[in-house]
Amino acid sequence: MITANQLKYTIANKKIIDTISVNFLPGVCNLIIGPNGSGKSTLIKLLTGALDNYEGEIAYYGVDLKTYNKQSLASCRAVLSQQTELSFPMLVEEVVLLGRNPFFEFKPNKIDLEIVNEVIDLLDLNTFTKRNYQSLSGGEKQRVQYARVLTQIWDPPNGAARYLFLDEPLNNLDIYYQQLFLSIAVSLLNENTTLVGVVHDINIALRYAEQLYILKEGALVINDVPEKIVEGTLLNNVFNINTQIIFHPTTGKPIVVF
Amino acid sequence: MRQNNSLFFTVLTLLMILVLIAAIAFGAVGILPAEMISAMSHWFKAEQSNSIYENVFLQLRLPRVLLCAITGSILAVSGVLMQGLFRNPVVEPGLIGTSAGAAFGASIVFSLSPFMSPVFKSILGPFLVPIFAFIGGLAATIMVYSLAKNNKKVSILPLLLVGMAINAIGLSGVGLMTYIARDPQARSITFWNMGTFSGASWFQVFVTGFVAIVGIFIAYQQGKKLNVLLLGEQEAGYLGVEVNKLKTSILILNTAMVSVATSFVGVIAFMGLIVPHVLRLLIGSDHRKLIPASILMGALLLTLADMGARILLAPSEMPIGIITSIIGAPLYIFLLKKYQFNQNDLEL
Repeated sequence: MITANQLKYTIANKKIIDTISVNFLPGVCNLIIGPNGSGKSTLIKLLTGALDNYEGEIAYYGVDLKTYNKQSLASCRAVLSQQTELSFPMLVEEVVLLGRNPFFEFKPNKIDLEIVNEVIDLLDLNTFTKRNYQSLSGGEKQRVQYARVLTQIWDPPNGAARYLFLDEPLNNLDIYYQQLFLSIAVSLLNENTTLVGVVHDINIALRYAEQLYILKEGALVINDVPEKIVEGTLLNNVFNINTQIIFHPTTGKPIVVF
Repeated sequence: MRQNNSLFFTVLTLLMILVLIAAIAFGAVGILPAEMISAMSHWFKAEQSNSIYENVFLQLRLPRVLLCAITGSILAVSGVLMQGLFRNPVVEPGLIGTSAGAAFGASIVFSLSPFMSPVFKSILGPFLVPIFAFIGGLAATIMVYSLAKNNKKVSILPLLLVGMAINAIGLSGVGLMTYIARDPQARSITFWNMGTFSGASWFQVFVTGFVAIVGIFIAYQQGKKLNVLLLGEQEAGYLGVEVNKLKTSILILNTAMVSVATSFVGVIAFMGLIVPHVLRLLIGSDHRKLIPASILMGALLLTLADMGARILLAPSEMPIGIITSIIGAPLYIFLLKKYQFNQNDLEL
């Protein structure tokens, strides 16, 4: 469970995040959407502590984020950022193994390597474990980074709470991997796992979210189940377009057409 | 993969030993292996030897080759550390001011020595040069880093430009000091600008050796964290690395090693560029392999370069910096061309 209370973040007198109070529950697929510049990525950076000069409070299970040390947080929380470039050549398997960094002292043990292999399988990275990360396409890099992030929270010590943050994870991915990324995230969910993700595609969000959060101009406009969100003219107002809602013939999930 | 690595390390170690022995043997006075062994046995028995060859070996050649090997290791490891820290393949101590700042600090002590002879005769005396070098090197490095930083980012271009400016300040400081110095060695400006091992002594070997062992050992222990830092500072933080602590400790260690070496042998540019570049091509970017390999290859290459400096124009000797620059500068240009356009704005 992640709570933000009266959260504000200002740069040079510009309010990037404007008084957000919100509660992300574990075991639920929490997804955030919003127009460009609405503060989605900033919110993720605040919730993870990457930006720490905010006003208000952020707490994981009631414990103030600022009291956690980085080391212990790293063993139960992972963050997939938008784009990660390397300045030096590294093998794909080496990059994935970096996710196990919080768990071994100097050399990875057998369990670390097993987890790495398992996740590499999951994301179909088998054929390029020995390739140089720098030579991969944008989508392939994203899969490698996701694999790294997953190894980090794959097996939290003593079944402790774990947290997964995804900041626009689907950039550069084809539709198959978009689905795969989110299904994997959803499959990790349980009463100890809190997931918060930012996505760009409104229909992907409606399809996967159990709680959907809409940001506009740094403020939280609404959070609710997708079925409620699509009622009325809210989406039209937020995204400034005309939309129509239809429903998926088999799942019954709402779909926005425009 | 692992077998290849152990083969690589074995070959590199053997090559290095071979080069060290060759560097001891060749020179204005040739020294045979038999003389090396006999000199060593005399030394172990604490006997005085009358052979001129044995004395050349013990008093001149051996300290010179050792100092050279240690300096080579320091400069190569320093290149690896700085490049890892700045996430940038074109950084090395000679280019971003560390060496020039250290040379300035050391030259101040040399030129002031006539005025502060009591201090120099004290126990602290011999250590004043490396200590001042460290202060100068650290000041220059911090200045370059903070001046090149803009909005939490350090881009390549400002880093190199500010580095050039601080280098110029450091080296003109050295120029001024050599002008007013009385010490004949300190008066040689080529010594500071181009580097030379001609003045090597056992004292210098022990001081640089000590600093190198401590510094490189601690840096090696941080190898895993340095690997994580390759993902960027934010990602490294998510993976539990205290980035600011790591950066500060590596920066200080690195400056200490480079400054002490520079205070004894002058500024030797490009070593920190050549070795890491070649090694990354051969064994990848894992710091836990890169640092040990740099120790070996740095020692090997700089000893080879010093041998060249002694032999190519014999009986006269040329500054070693000429040789490292002839090899290093073209590589530097190549790296700049390769990297300048696609990643000059890495977020730190």
